[in-house]
Amino acid sequence: MSITLDIHLRKPDKVYHEGENITGTIVINTPTDFKHDGISLSMEGAVNLQISSKNVGIIEAFYNAVKPIQLLNVHCEVSAPGRIPAGKTEIPFDLPLQARPNKTLYETYHGVFINISYGLRCDIKRSFLSKDLQKAQQFFVQYVPRPLEPFRSINFTMNPTSIMAKGTGVPDFLIRGQLDSTYCSVFRPFTGHVILEKCQTPIRSVELQLVRVETCGCAEGYAKDATEIQNIQIGEGDIPHNIAIPIYMVFPRLFTCPTLITPSFKIEFEVNLVVIFENDYLVTENFPIMLTREL
Amino acid sequence: MGSNNVEWRTLIFPDNHSICKVLPKYEVDDHPLKSTAVERIPRRILGSQPSTGRSTPVSTPAALLQPLSDALEGLDPLTQFAIQETDPLTQMAVEVSVTDDSVNTKKSRERKISLDMEPWSSRKNIILAKFTTSEKLSIVTSFLSEGEKVVVKAQSSAVDKVQHRLEQLDYFEEGSQRKLDLSQAEYVGRIEQLNKELVSAWHSEQRVKALKIAIQCAKVLADSDVLRFYPSKFVLITDILDIFGQLVYERLRTKADYYKPGSKVPTALPEGFTPDMVPESVKETCRNWFYKIASIRELVPRLYVEMAILKSYSFLTSSEYSAALMRLTHMIRGIGNPLVAVYARCYLCRVGISITAPGADTHYLVENFYDFLDTYSQLFGRYVTEELKIQKMPFSTYLTLYTPALDFILQAVASGAPESLLAELLERCRTHENNSLLLNTIMAAFKPSYISSRTLQFLDLISQCTKQDFPSHLLLRTLGLCVCVCPPPAEQRRQIVNIVWHSIGNLSNPEDYISCVEVWVQFVVQYFTSREVNVIIGDIVTHLAPDRAYEQYYTQLKTIVDKIVSNIQDFEALLAMDNFLPLLDLFQQETVKVEVCKSILTACNAVQHTSDPVITNALMFLCNVLHDSVNALTVEDERRQISELLCSVIRRVDYGRDFEQQLSFYVEARGSFSNLDTVLAQLVHCVNTLAVNTRQIVRGHHTRKTGSFVRACAAYCFITIPSIESVFTRLELYLLSGQVALFNNCLGQADACFKAAIGLISELTMQPEDKQKNPENFLISYTRNFLSTLLVVPDSPDRGVLNLVRMLLNTLKSLDWDPKNGSLAYLYLDVLNMLSAMAQENYLYHVDKVESNDTLYGSDPKFIHEIDKMSTLVLAELLSQLKQLGPCRKQALIALELMVKIATLADLNISTIFTLALNLWQLCLKHGNTDTKYLVSPVKQLTTLIFIQNKLLLL
Repeated sequence: MSITLDIHLRKPDKVYHEGENITGTIVINTPTDFKHDGISLSMEGAVNLQISSKNVGIIEAFYNAVKPIQLLNVHCEVSAPGRIPAGKTEIPFDLPLQARPNKTLYETYHGVFINISYGLRCDIKRSFLSKDLQKAQQFFVQYVPRPLEPFRSINFTMNPTSIMAKGTGVPDFLIRGQLDSTYCSVFRPFTGHVILEKCQTPIRSVELQLVRVETCGCAEGYAKDATEIQNIQIGEGDIPHNIAIPIYMVFPRLFTCPTLITPSFKIEFEVNLVVIFENDYLVTENFPIMLTREL
Repeated sequence: MGSNNVEWRTLIFPDNHSICKVLPKYEVDDHPLKSTAVERIPRRILGSQPSTGRSTPVSTPAALLQPLSDALEGLDPLTQFAIQETDPLTQMAVEVSVTDDSVNTKKSRERKISLDMEPWSSRKNIILAKFTTSEKLSIVTSFLSEGEKVVVKAQSSAVDKVQHRLEQLDYFEEGSQRKLDLSQAEYVGRIEQLNKELVSAWHSEQRVKALKIAIQCAKVLADSDVLRFYPSKFVLITDILDIFGQLVYERLRTKADYYKPGSKVPTALPEGFTPDMVPESVKETCRNWFYKIASIRELVPRLYVEMAILKSYSFLTSSEYSAALMRLTHMIRGIGNPLVAVYARCYLCRVGISITAPGADTHYLVENFYDFLDTYSQLFGRYVTEELKIQKMPFSTYLTLYTPALDFILQAVASGAPESLLAELLERCRTHENNSLLLNTIMAAFKPSYISSRTLQFLDLISQCTKQDFPSHLLLRTLGLCVCVCPPPAEQRRQIVNIVWHSIGNLSNPEDYISCVEVWVQFVVQYFTSREVNVIIGDIVTHLAPDRAYEQYYTQLKTIVDKIVSNIQDFEALLAMDNFLPLLDLFQQETVKVEVCKSILTACNAVQHTSDPVITNALMFLCNVLHDSVNALTVEDERRQISELLCSVIRRVDYGRDFEQQLSFYVEARGSFSNLDTVLAQLVHCVNTLAVNTRQIVRGHHTRKTGSFVRACAAYCFITIPSIESVFTRLELYLLSGQVALFNNCLGQADACFKAAIGLISELTMQPEDKQKNPENFLISYTRNFLSTLLVVPDSPDRGVLNLVRMLLNTLKSLDWDPKNGSLAYLYLDVLNMLSAMAQENYLYHVDKVESNDTLYGSDPKFIHEIDKMSTLVLAELLSQLKQLGPCRKQALIALELMVKIATLADLNISTIFTLALNLWQLCLKHGNTDTKYLVSPVKQLTTLIFIQNKLLLL
């Protein structure tokens, strides 16, 4: 048995809003009592930007890793040097979640080029003979949900002319549809419907592609990258004609956040409606959407 | 003990009339042991009042066969036990199965389904049995390798654990997804293996793997590569999904540390929890499940897995179900393959029914059906046509693949739905082309009463259906099933039958034809006269006769016959139909034919007495079939059943006062049924009854005609009896026939019967062959009966005095008795009794119009002397028997009996007899077991005599 160190947060979902207090306990389990040179707890939050090698060269990408933007940095001494008795020791803590001056706390977000993450770290320093103990614990920051705004629904049609057919093999088809709102809350599913009114070639699949568009600004300009988050099939095979097929997609929790536009970087989202025909012909319709955190 | 040659002198009672008066006789009309049902039977069988036979109240037919069953009122105690509680084994089995199902509690969930719906579990087996294939099936999976390569390493640290898990995932994803080509049995085995794999993965904390297995299973349902097997595949896979859903639900439930109000110990959530009782951590886990599933890329697996864990929504909100059900209902529209879609709907309805409270919002069920209607044209679309061409499947067969799912959905819709819904659905269906599949489902799902009141409308719709579509015979069949349960309005019935029969008649394939007839025949039999039934039977015969088509459909034909027989009102008319016997002729296979005949004859109990030659002929024909089926290999019980049936038929044929014809019927029956003892015995009884009835009609004064008739009856019996196998039955029947002959004044015939009986006694072997009938016991009671009959039999003038008695005695003596039992001695005692009665001036009883020996001899001293001589001989025999027995308890008992007989029957004034009695008395006393009460009167007599004798000696 060795010494174990753990950080327990009070809230099981580990989601906090700005201004709230993060409460929890530091739990130390030890078979024997031991001496330490102080216990400290730090809370950090930062935006990590990385520039895709697609836009600039590999070497530049490597060197130009943009400096992380620190949003939050709190450090506190939990205990002066002393002894921890054998058994289980619980040290409660309570930290206010407050941004550094002139910064705002963005929502936690894990993307490809942009990461916004928050974490707690507990360190127990020990004499040079034994290893220091360290434990990190992530938590999530979210905006306080705002009241729901009215839907901004849009109607769309897709047909060979609207997609500006390239090359041959475009089947004759007509799809009508409606998105209930392009202004979506991450709490709520993305909804709408499509109606296949006519189609010459059988359809193989109708899919919804959720795409993030990350823009990093830097000295040399900025880099914009669109990557897929998830792809959800809503129609499989030769779907029936003239019936509303629902569009329904739940936003994944970790990989989405409200659309964020700051001077140095942007996180935006888009939805592609992809129709694949039996002859592998593929048509897409792009819808930029605005994500919010609304109840 | 006295000398052996004691002379017997019979005591003649001076006033034997007073003896008769000692036993008062009065008429009674009720026997305490008889039940009311039994009471009437003799009257009917005897047919004493044939003219009023119909109007007299008639007991139930069952009583005729088994009067005892009626004696027991209500249920017999065993059945009552069975009803009160299922036997303990069954109960245990039920309990075990319940605990077994703790994982798979589908049973208990399905119990919630409203009662008027067939539960899924029972449909499952039907589907599995019906939809099979011989084609190769393929399954794509990574979980079914012969040797699982995943080695669970000792996980030392958290990092290792994570790494290991990631490796595992990679392995599943890319590692060894293989396509296996399997036969159906192998396929089922593999799915079973997947099932086990899922459960074991779950229990070994590999929940991600379990989820992946579930997803892969659901993926299998997305393609209908072997169409015929798809419904079965659905059943197999959804079983796994059910288990998965249950595992998730149970895990969430038990994981939730719920603190009961006032309690500090965390427990699992109680069964009927509400969302606000659920701790936040569990809600979080639950949400994670749903988020995870929502990100499944493909549509079909995503839908199926969400449906599987739909029950877990109850952890989040209490109102989520109806919204989620409705959303899923609409999302299924996205499935292009109509077969896959309809089965997904079926699963959704099934899950929906099991999780929502009864009486909750069932709108999603109707919505599912409407969605199916809206996409109905898909069934006839290009995609399906293509696929059918590839799989070489006829379109009608393809449509039958839909029935299980569609039936389930619509039954769910229809259960408890008002009639207006039916009208609405019909209206909607009418707008679709090729709507016979829908019609069939509607007819199967809604209450038969709703359907049958619209029979004509349905028939109209059916006739509009095109040929290439759903097989029309299935439609007719389904409609027939409804109509049989609940009759349509009376005024429409004739029209319905005309239309239906016209359509059925047009079916050329005998299989289709018979499947419709099988159902519709019940309706016709129930609501129409025998004329229509006759026509239909004729139709069946003409349809099935060509090419010996009937050979394939014995079971169906048998059900048809059963339905006709059990529902027809006028059974006689059925037998008289000219098409009925030809129908029976279709059964060419012996065993089936016998079965059919049996069921007809059993049902024939409803028939009263019949005298119609046609019916009799038909019955005899059926009986002959049964009789001819009996051979050496027939089991005893079968033989008994057949005999019973034949007997009841024989009892049923009654020509009233036409006795001659009745007798000739019996003669014919004897000719036909010579193999069965019971039947022959029944015939003898019947003929005897006939003879007795004849005598009653002429009140004993036989005319020449009746005289010769009863002699013919006696002759019939005399001839019939020898062909019976059982000696006991033969003996009894001889005696009975002799008695009846005597009763009818046929002295010669009676004599012959008695002689034959005596001759037969010598054939009896005394060793008991089977446990039931000990020949000795039988013979004792039989001889007693015989002796009392012999009392009134007059001596034949051309033979010596008491010739029959002498013969009987000689036969008895020659038998090989067991000396230890002393049976012969007992019989001799009875002979003494009888001889004593024989010597009296007036016999105790007489047969009407028969002059017995008392009138013949008029107590002639020579006759009395002859009797005394015989008694002396018997006495001597008796004494020698006693000696043979040696001193024992039995000897004492017999000695005592003999002493009593001597004291009461013999003339004690003869000193030798007196001494003998005295010696016997002393012998008894030596053994010391005397019943004092019994002995009071004889001993009193003895003592007075002793007193007198002593006096005489003194003098």
